Amino acid sequence: MAEVTVTDIVKNFGKVEVLKKVSVRIEDGELLVILGPSGCGKSTLLRIIAGLETATSGDVHIGERLVNDLEPAERDIAMVFQNYALYPHMSVRQNMAYGLKNLGTPKPIIEQRVAEAAKILGLADLLDRKPRQLSGGQRQRVAMGRAIVREPKAFLFDEPLSNLDAKLRVQMRHEIRELQNRLKTTGIFVTHDQVEAMTLGDRLMVLNAGVVEQIGAPFEVYSRPASLFVAEFIGSPAMNLLDGDIDQDGRKVAFGGTHLPLGQPLTNHAGRRVRVGLRPEHLGEAVAGSTATADPTPGALDVLIEWIELLGADTVAHGRLQDGQVVTVRLPGDHLVQTGDRLAVVLAPANLHLFDPQTGTRLEHTA
Amino acid sequence: MVENRPLFMVFVHLTLILGVLIVALPIYVTFVASTQAPGDVLRAPIPMTMGDQLAHNYSAVLGTGLERASSGPVAPMMLNSFIMAMGIAIGKIAISLLSAFAIVYFRFPGRMLAFWTIFITLMLPVEVRILPTYEVMAQLKLLNTYTGLILPLIASATATFLFRQFFMTVPDELVEAARVDGAGPMKFFWDILLPLSRTNIAALFVILFIYGWNQYLWPLLITTDESMYTIVMAIQRMVVAAENEPEWHFITAVAVLALIPPVLVVVFMQRLFVKGLVDTEK
Repeated sequence: MAEVTVTDIVKNFGKVEVLKKVSVRIEDGELLVILGPSGCGKSTLLRIIAGLETATSGDVHIGERLVNDLEPAERDIAMVFQNYALYPHMSVRQNMAYGLKNLGTPKPIIEQRVAEAAKILGLADLLDRKPRQLSGGQRQRVAMGRAIVREPKAFLFDEPLSNLDAKLRVQMRHEIRELQNRLKTTGIFVTHDQVEAMTLGDRLMVLNAGVVEQIGAPFEVYSRPASLFVAEFIGSPAMNLLDGDIDQDGRKVAFGGTHLPLGQPLTNHAGRRVRVGLRPEHLGEAVAGSTATADPTPGALDVLIEWIELLGADTVAHGRLQDGQVVTVRLPGDHLVQTGDRLAVVLAPANLHLFDPQTGTRLEHTA
Repeated sequence: MVENRPLFMVFVHLTLILGVLIVALPIYVTFVASTQAPGDVLRAPIPMTMGDQLAHNYSAVLGTGLERASSGPVAPMMLNSFIMAMGIAIGKIAISLLSAFAIVYFRFPGRMLAFWTIFITLMLPVEVRILPTYEVMAQLKLLNTYTGLILPLIASATATFLFRQFFMTVPDELVEAARVDGAGPMKFFWDILLPLSRTNIAALFVILFIYGWNQYLWPLLITTDESMYTIVMAIQRMVVAAENEPEWHFITAVAVLALIPPVLVVVFMQRLFVKGLVDTEK
């Protein structure tokens, strides 16, 4: 067990810069999820930590040790691959034992560790099977077992759940989380699935085009996205992003034909053009008559519904504001609306997100 | 396509039986001829039933040799052929496995040049380069040796190419998993690549064994010592044996004997052979 420190990693493939000075420190026993769209460099970063790829510049420390020039096997890490990468001609037992055997571990210890891992993962009855005789979930477990028996300083997961069907994925997600909790081994988990990212990690790192957009606890990333990219990427349906203006005293933001008070005055950004972020799930229908002045509810957004998706649990309504900007609203499933309806929606000022339209960074009150 | 019409089945079987007859008839005639007494073979009509000289003819060619055809016993020649065929098959497989391994898994300067050089030799049949090869072997004093029989035929562009293609279908993640598991290049080769290539190796072995067994021109050139003759050479030598009329009952017996080992190899390795041609078991 150890912390993993990545410092100023740069990786170029030819002229393409895949990682641009990425730094992160993964605490001992923590599970960090690296999330990003395909091609953002997340797998490359993981492979650099594993030693399967060499960085153009920058350092990787595992524990106190600088591992830049070490072979993967010498780094004391274990990796779980997307396609499991089990050795097809070896039994489950041999697959799990292979790494230890190469390290010259004495046989009784190998047998004991394989037996333990098999027990933890429920593979005890399958030890003599070949990988092709196993189901997807079982193969996934064998790949995990192969990592566990090594008792490494860190687990590296490269999208290990993306080949499983949806139901199994939920189950394996839970199993990985439990296992990591129990073993208290530092882990790095790469995924493009935000649900995995939200549920699995102690912390989340959002990577976009080789740049770290945000590192933080999953809920923090969801509730206070640091940039436009994170705001759009996390959450489903995606956050509405609208053009708006902060008024002259920095206390209200005008957009879509209405004014909304800010949760926190932004005097230092008064009078600016901004991107306003509203999560569809934070928008709710204004309860008519709850406010004395009746129609139209003050501060409410007037949405003309253009099409709806009935998902059962939720109803997602897509429509336009008075000024023509597109907006998505997530309503409870029993809320019946129809195309052509007008809907007055409101949201709590705390759920407003404001971003700089040029740099994409989150606008906060700075004293 | 599954067809269940009885007439169609009859037609299919007739076609197949006809095919088998066409292929098998010459072999049958050869075998019958090898059981005849001297002279009977050439009498018209060609005998189509077994003669009574089976044991005599075969023991003669195998053990005592034929004086009139100035040919020694065939048994040691079969051994020579066997050693040569095994040497060629095993040598070719070993060399091409290693060269394909080098070409696919290592990034070294001139890698593609090496590959194309090997590949280009596919276009040159043995016969084209046979004289320079002979010269090299003569200079190395390898005439009339097993090494001389085997070595020049070992390099194989076809097998190298085949293994290269197979190695390229082995997922990269498997290589990486092995690296994480602490397997160095040769360990990866032995523990993972070789077992995965098992069926391909078997299929190639069958093909290469037959290729080696049937070598004719090269052994003819390089061996002058009767103790190094191969059986395929022997057949030819007996046909053109000095002044005498060819002894067809003996020649056909030798031909039948020459047929047996390749057939056995095919029979015993058939299961793996077919598997190697059909799937790649990944």
